[in-house]
Amino acid sequence: MTARPRIAVHKFSSCDGCQLAFLNAGEDLLTLDRLVDMVHFAEAGPVDEAAQVDIAFVEGSISTQADAERIRRVRERSGFLVTLGACATAGGLQALRNLADGAGWLAGVYAQPEYIDSLATATPIREHVRVDFELWGCPVNARQVLATVRALLFGVRPVADHQKVCMECKRRQAVCVLVTGRRPCLGPVTSSGCGALCPRFGRDCYGCFGPSESPNTDALGRRFEGLGLTPESIARRFLFINSHAEAFAEAGHKWMGKHDEKA
Amino acid sequence: MPCSGTPRMPERGPPLEAEVVTRVDESPTVFTLVLSLTDPQAHRDYRFEPGQFNMLYLYGVGEIPISIAADPERPGLLVHTIRRVGRVTRGFAALQVGDRIGLRGPFGRGWPLAQAQGRDILIVTGGLGCAPVLPVIRQIIHHRERYGRVAILQGVKHADDLIWRERYHQWAALPDTRVLLAADVAGRDWPGHVGLVTALFDELDMDVSDCLTLMCGPEPMMRASAERLLDRGASPDSLWLSMERNMQCAVGHCGHCQYGEKFICRDGPVFPFSDIAHLFGEPGL
Amino acid sequence: MFLARTHLGELLSALRDRGYRLIGPRERDGAIVYDELSGAGDLPRGLRQSCGAGEVRLERTGSPRCFAWANGPQALKPLLFQPAEPLWQATCDDSGRLRFEAVEPRVTPTAVLGVRACDLAALALLDRHFLDGAVRDPHYAARRAALLLIAVNCTHPAATCFCAATGDGPEARQGFDLRLDELDDGYLVASGSAAGEAILADLPLEAATDARRQNAREAVAAAAAQQTRTIPPGDLYDALSRQRRHPRWEAVAERCLACGNCTQVCPTCFCSREQEQPALDGSTSQHLREWDSCFSEGHSYIHGLVIRQSVAHRYRQWLTHKLGGWHRQYGRSGCVGCGRCIAWCPVGIDLTEEVHAVLGDAPDA
Repeated sequence: MTARPRIAVHKFSSCDGCQLAFLNAGEDLLTLDRLVDMVHFAEAGPVDEAAQVDIAFVEGSISTQADAERIRRVRERSGFLVTLGACATAGGLQALRNLADGAGWLAGVYAQPEYIDSLATATPIREHVRVDFELWGCPVNARQVLATVRALLFGVRPVADHQKVCMECKRRQAVCVLVTGRRPCLGPVTSSGCGALCPRFGRDCYGCFGPSESPNTDALGRRFEGLGLTPESIARRFLFINSHAEAFAEAGHKWMGKHDEKA
Repeated sequence: MPCSGTPRMPERGPPLEAEVVTRVDESPTVFTLVLSLTDPQAHRDYRFEPGQFNMLYLYGVGEIPISIAADPERPGLLVHTIRRVGRVTRGFAALQVGDRIGLRGPFGRGWPLAQAQGRDILIVTGGLGCAPVLPVIRQIIHHRERYGRVAILQGVKHADDLIWRERYHQWAALPDTRVLLAADVAGRDWPGHVGLVTALFDELDMDVSDCLTLMCGPEPMMRASAERLLDRGASPDSLWLSMERNMQCAVGHCGHCQYGEKFICRDGPVFPFSDIAHLFGEPGL
Repeated sequence: MFLARTHLGELLSALRDRGYRLIGPRERDGAIVYDELSGAGDLPRGLRQSCGAGEVRLERTGSPRCFAWANGPQALKPLLFQPAEPLWQATCDDSGRLRFEAVEPRVTPTAVLGVRACDLAALALLDRHFLDGAVRDPHYAARRAALLLIAVNCTHPAATCFCAATGDGPEARQGFDLRLDELDDGYLVASGSAAGEAILADLPLEAATDARRQNAREAVAAAAAQQTRTIPPGDLYDALSRQRRHPRWEAVAERCLACGNCTQVCPTCFCSREQEQPALDGSTSQHLREWDSCFSEGHSYIHGLVIRQSVAHRYRQWLTHKLGGWHRQYGRSGCVGCGRCIAWCPVGIDLTEEVHAVLGDAPDA
């Protein structure tokens, strides 16, 4: 890493929310500006997509042929490539299309679907090019983004922490919404990083930071069944923001299978 | 107000600053840092026992336990031989002479040198397990007359993994001292045995039932070695092993280094086999 | 001595007048948690709590009582051994020189109202761990020295409680400054320290009648008799170690989420991890300690290897340490019978059931 690394933030199929989360870092952005050269970050101003950079943050999934070609060029021009959020890391919400008959939907919605230029799937960056580090979340946590830059400035890999949301939830002294409210919380199988935001406000985690280490989705699914959820609604808990992430995809398909058996 | 009522104990504190005074690349993945505490008083006062470890802190990155591979009679020069494995060790690998780090220590209980006097000593190590016994070897060299015969057995996976070739050569030349090397995979000019370190026991000319054995290396290697030596009559009290677990606080508080009812950082890292026989070799402990 | 219910506020005022921050039970998010109290009105008056494995529910009753429940998800542990706190800070100057400073814990004299016997037993264990070893933890020590404890004997154990089996409750016998027995019309009050005695002197107390004393004794005895869960007595280290290959460990691992909730609510679990939190500009870095769990992968990590790969190994480690290893390390079991790990386990795993199953002495078998 050079003393003053050059950074780019690229956007693919996404809502820009992760870029905005980054931009919401406040005063730290001024500090960051003293440490790095932000050469491409459309949401913040500078635009130079073709720039050679030390660190590239990539937001969004690959859902068009043009995306698939562009990410290769981004990879070639980037030293350390970091995915920024659920879309880039696991396909995101739009990866739900991977579970559906995309062509059928297009034909049903558009009079002339041939004008729609998209791939049959929305897929994470990792399925197209080598990724050096992944930041999860919908959106990402700006502290994790900045900690990633800081680690790279120190010349070490960023810390990948996939402890469960429950650990953060308990450290923050939140009351368990599953135990007291019988809510189908995904905290026990979801990576920390959000600061247990949802449980702290009384709602159940919906898994936006992706699967945690050792995710026992079977046991949690059975617990949800005990709470009265149908196999289909259990499947939909897993097949949501990170439907394409392996552990959640597997669990989702399993419960969807049980739903189909019953139907 | 209620208080625990115990006498005031030493408290856990922050690290001291240390400077890298020498850096040696031992192999493509192993390097040695020689450190010196920058506070002159702390530098003068620092003492350690062979087998103990320090917590080394890389600024802004983290802290890890590293055994002390120094000469106990030159305690001001703190030698640490480190393999690049994780993010912190990779960070340490980038350090140059003059760079500053943090150091806490020494911690733990070391090798039973008091029991070694007058006895034959067998040292069995594997991979980087050679580092924690280095202070013992230095001590023996300084006071060669105090000890009986010495055998140093070192095993490596690949011949290229062997560090300190020159040192082994020098030790082999000492009176009543044998050095036996083994590599699972040997190169063309490999001077030692091809195979496991345990095969070297056949070449020993000392009575293992009577000697003091010091062992350090990967657990499967120590397990195989301990079994063979016990079969040959070694006493579980005379077989000492340096164990390793995740150590974060180094003072028995953080719980990571639990090994059965032991805390490796505080009760070890060096244990007589008899103390850990009920745990040793059991997966997942 | 007896303190009429109408004078409970005066106990709280007496504590506040002495400069204590007041912590006590109050209702929050469907549970009874220990948090700052502004007055007696914050106490969970008329609340009952029903607990099962993986289930906690509050119910309202017309009772005037404020302590007619067993315990909440946490009590004393987070006040002393904080969930996350910086231990020291490093500063790096332009030439790369480092300076290290201990981060002094911020300590406020704190009075805790409503401490249970199980929590006092757990506190004594944490004291042993953090204060009585070869090295003392300055953060824990400073907060511990600033703590005043007002115990309340437990009269309403939860279905998950088994303090009678561990011998740690329901009566608070030691380790408190003041101890209350709650009756419908007020509190029997006893002091357990000079500090407690001094506070008593400020309160409008009456002599305790024999009837009230008997009433209180009977309530505690009933609270013990009501408990149904049991745990085998004594040091289980050898017994559990003999069962290292018991199929039950794999069976529990199929249900266990390895989420760590049991360890986080356990009043004696002490594991912590250390993390570095550098400022973005790189000029300073805080060395943080935060609660960890033996159910986390990182807990047994050494250079590229996780020693306890399987959840079966992690559960075995936790239970064997809690019920066995503690005896060797601290002279008693690490379990005080509070039942939190049962109630707050999202899938309702019950350690009393597991230990009986592993040792093959299920009470019903």
